[in-house]
This record gives sequence, C-alpha cells and structure tokens, in this order.
Amino acid sequence: MTAPLLQIEDLTVSFGNRSGAAFQAVSGVDLTVRAGEVQGIVGESGSGKSVTMLAVMQLLSPSAAIAGSIKLDGQELTGLSDRQMRKIRGARIGYIFQDPMTALNPLLTVGQQISEAVRIHKPEASRSEAKQRAVELLRLVAIPMPEKRAEQYPHEFSGGMRQRAVIAMAMANEPDLLIADEPTTALDVTIQAQIMELLDRLRREKGVGIVLVTHDLGVVAGVAKSLSIMYAGRIVERGLVDDVFAAPHHPYTRGLLDSLPQMDQRVERLRAIAGAPPPISARPSGCAFHPRCSYAIERCLVERPPLRPVGPVEAACHRAEHVAAESRARQDA
Amino acid sequence: MSVVVPTQRRWRSVVPAWATLPLVGGGVIILLWVIIGFTIPLWAPYDPVSLAGMRFQPPSAEHWLGTDALGRDVFTRTLYGVRHSFPIAVVVIGCALVIGCTVGAIAGYVGGLLDSVLMRLVDVTLSFPAILLAMAVTASLGPGLGNAAIAMVIVWWPIYARLMRAQVLSVRNREHVEAAVASGATRPRVLIKHILPLCWSPIIVNATMDFGQVVLLAASLSFIGLGAVPPTPEWGQMISDGALQFYRWWIALGPGLAILTVVLASNFLGDGLRDFLDPRAK
Repeated sequence: MTAPLLQIEDLTVSFGNRSGAAFQAVSGVDLTVRAGEVQGIVGESGSGKSVTMLAVMQLLSPSAAIAGSIKLDGQELTGLSDRQMRKIRGARIGYIFQDPMTALNPLLTVGQQISEAVRIHKPEASRSEAKQRAVELLRLVAIPMPEKRAEQYPHEFSGGMRQRAVIAMAMANEPDLLIADEPTTALDVTIQAQIMELLDRLRREKGVGIVLVTHDLGVVAGVAKSLSIMYAGRIVERGLVDDVFAAPHHPYTRGLLDSLPQMDQRVERLRAIAGAPPPISARPSGCAFHPRCSYAIERCLVERPPLRPVGPVEAACHRAEHVAAESRARQDA
Repeated sequence: MSVVVPTQRRWRSVVPAWATLPLVGGGVIILLWVIIGFTIPLWAPYDPVSLAGMRFQPPSAEHWLGTDALGRDVFTRTLYGVRHSFPIAVVVIGCALVIGCTVGAIAGYVGGLLDSVLMRLVDVTLSFPAILLAMAVTASLGPGLGNAAIAMVIVWWPIYARLMRAQVLSVRNREHVEAAVASGATRPRVLIKHILPLCWSPIIVNATMDFGQVVLLAASLSFIGLGAVPPTPEWGQMISDGALQFYRWWIALGPGLAILTVVLASNFLGDGLRDFLDPRAK
C-alpha cells in the first residue's frame, strides 16, 4: 500500500462570532486520499464538506480556527504561512469550483487565464511557452480545436466546456491532488457524465488523487473507490463504495440511498429523510442525527456514537449492526 | 416568404447598437470643444486679451457676441476659455481618479482597520459642501487656477474612493477571484488582474459626468475671484465681469452658454456610457 497523499487527522474547524461563542463546522474529521484514487465525500448542504476542503487549501476566512492535522505527502499544512501556502495552492493541489459559470474571469480569454495559472508557479516561463502549455492543457481536457478555443472568452464557452477549462486550470501545474468541490452540480446530467469521465481519465493517466465532494450519490458510485458520508460536521460512515452501497450501516446513509429513484422498482413517492439538517448553532445532543432517525433509541439522545468498524465499513451509530442487517435483508428481498 | 422588417430595426442595422443619441450627441459637443481648444489660435477672429473694438458693443456682424468693458471680443474670449477649463477638468479628474481609486481599492480589498480609517477620512471630506471646501482650500493657498485645481482634487477624490471600494467589495467575493487565490496567486496580483478590471464601468461613467461638474466648479471659483486671474479669458471670470453689467447681457451670455453646453454634453455622454457599459441599468 502506498503512503497517503493527503491525510487529515482529527480536523476541527470552528467559527467564532463577536460574542465569543464558537461553532464547530467540522468536528474530528479523519480522511485519507491516496495517489490515483478517488475519495468521495457526500453530505447535505451545511454538513461541512466544503469547509473541510477549504481548510486544506487554507482559504477560509481568518475568523475560522483550524485544529488537527492536515498532511500533504507527509508535509504538515496547518500552521504554514500564507507565503508557503501559495506555493502549494495551484502547484500541488488543484481546486475545481462548483460553478463554472462564475469561476472564470470574464475579461480574460480562457487561454490567458490558464497561462496565468502556469506562470504563477513558473515565472521563468515565457509568454509563448505558457500559451503553448495552455493549449496543451485544453487538449488534455478534450476541448476540440484548443488553439482557437484558447483565444475565446468564457462567455463563448458552454457550461460543460467551461468546467473543462476550469479543470484545465486546476491541472496547469500537474498537481498531485485535485479537490473537486461539487464539480457537476451546475451541469446537465449528460455533461455531468462527461466531466466525471474526464476526471477519471486524469486519475488514470496522470495518477492524481482526487477528492470528490458532492451531494449526489450517483456521481460517487461511478468513479470513487472509497466514500465518506458527512452529517453535521462529522463523518458518520465510511468505507469502500461497493461496501457502503451494498449495505449501509448508518441510518443517514440508508436514508440517502432510499431517497434515490430506483430504475427497477415502481414507487409512488421517493422516500425522503424527514426534517432538515440542524443549524450549526443548535446541534442536537448525543448523535446529531437522532431527531430525524427512525432507529433512534434513548442512548442516541445522550451519547454521541464514535466512528467504529462495523463489518466491512466504519460507522458512527449505536445501532449500526441492526441497520446493516435490515439493509441486507431489504437488498435480498 | 418575405419578412417585413420594422423601420426601427432597419435603422438599427445601419447604426451600430452603441450609437445612442445621448452618447453621440454628448460626444460630438465635447469633441467640438476639444477641436476648438486645439485650433483656436489658427483662426480666431480677434486676440482674446487685447482691444478689438469699441467697449460695450452689442452683438453685431463684426462682434458676434459683442465686446466687454475693455473692448475685447466676447466670442473670441469664450472660445479661448475652453483652453483653460478643459485642461483643468482633465487634470482634476485624472488626479482624483488616481488617488481615489488607489485608496478605494486598497480599503475595499484589505478591509479591517485600514478600511475604517480610510473611509472615515473620506466621510470627513465629503461632509463639507464641495464648493465650500474648495473655496476654503483655494483661499488658504491663494487665488489662481493651479491652486483651484489642487482644491478641486481634494474635494473630488473621496467620491471615487467610495465608488471604487464598493465595486471592489462586490467583485472580490466572486468565485473567479477565489479561484485565482486557489491557484496560488499573490494578493496584489489577484487585486490587479482579477478584481480591478471588473470595477471600471461605474467609475468611467461617474468621471465623465463629473467632467462637467469640475468645469462648473472651476468657473464658480473664478467667478468669486479665487480661480483665474484677469485678464485670463476664463468662463467664470467672464461671467463675473458681465454680472455687474445687467443691461449688457451679451458679456455673460457667451461663457454662460459655453458652460451650459459642456455640462449638458458631459451628462449626456455619461448617461450614454452607462447604458452602453451596463445593459441591466436600462
């Protein structure tokens, strides 16, 4: 087994407000990404997925307090100065933003933006070299006629093409790690598939490790190897994608899978998870999921379940065995 | 199948979309004044500062706008006036833009304590009426067009500082800025390459409209004797000459019309530019 490319240990991110109260957006998150591997992170809005990733890049506002350890290839990132972090952003970690419509500067041609990303980390590269590299990168992300496309402005690109351009920018300096923060949320389903295919190809050809943040389980199922499910700032279940999908051990995962439409069954209504995720300022006691959980018992109200190995996966639920058994029974039926 | 094209659309296909009436009208008037300013010595009918005929002549074929108390041709002096008003307006707007935009951009981008300090300075300056502050500063520096220009820069820079800060604040949270930071760009680079280029349009519009206002304020300062010194053919100075000659209306008419056309034209031009630069504002 190779050494992990990105290793997050016990990461806690809290935001203080003026009155001195601190809210934990992310609590005790562990995450490991290996080179050439896609790690999926799934959760509802506000579950702490993006905050975790922004903490890795140190792009959070100064009011955020980060505790724990974030190691990239063995190098500790927490506590690095802004100057040191700049050498890592873009060079060793590429970041793909959610909305390709707004992630590009409307006043620069796509080629100029990509060559700029190149020149930030290779100031010695000449303009023409950087431009050539931009065309190469556009070709890498399968944009047809890259020479012509490089001269165009973002508004001349379609959504899918823009996301390809954004990916090309993230790949400009051959980073070891790509963080894709909901890269397909703003796109059509058919384009989503193409973008996922592209990310998967980059993983195979360039051997980059990819963190795929999404709230779409379908997207994860296709390309990710392992998967972490987040709820209210914590990882509630993680394991290999196949294992988690085969038999979810956490009621939340179960609820997420149940709420997907099934192709082989006729259902009147999709089963949604009742209620809404708790706001950061009012996290429930015990297990944060208990108010919405149909499996909740007395113990869940007072004692927060730790993430523990259950069968092939890890789950943070007092009744994981019970949930898993029921999941399996349903699968067999 | 034949398609009937409405007249207006056919007209649109001949005239480009940006060529709206305010934009073209305002632009033409300003351009005319600029041409006059550059070429007037070549074709001026009289000398602007020496005797051209009898004093207090009403408008006639020789003196289109009559003559003033010293027998100088008002029409010639009016045309020469642009050589004082326009350079002043350009310099004042230019300096105010440079100072104001720099301060505003830094305040908006850096934020925090620096932002508060700079913006309070802006608030204090803006809390005085423009003409009053300009008068006070010019009076303390001594009369003269140069000192009036310095006073007007002091009056004008805070407007651009505020505008620029608001623009930077609205642009700096856009995703492409965050994307630039995520690709490792330094802070100055992010500001200059990814924020500032998106901030200019309201500032250009404002500067165009302010052009007329500066011409007006410069004339006002000269009118009360704080700007141009006689015998400079300056519009405000000329109006103040004419103000005492109530029944010899032609003395103030020329410079008055000149100021009117410049202020109107710059407002039209600014309006047209706004419609052109920001299609949503229509």
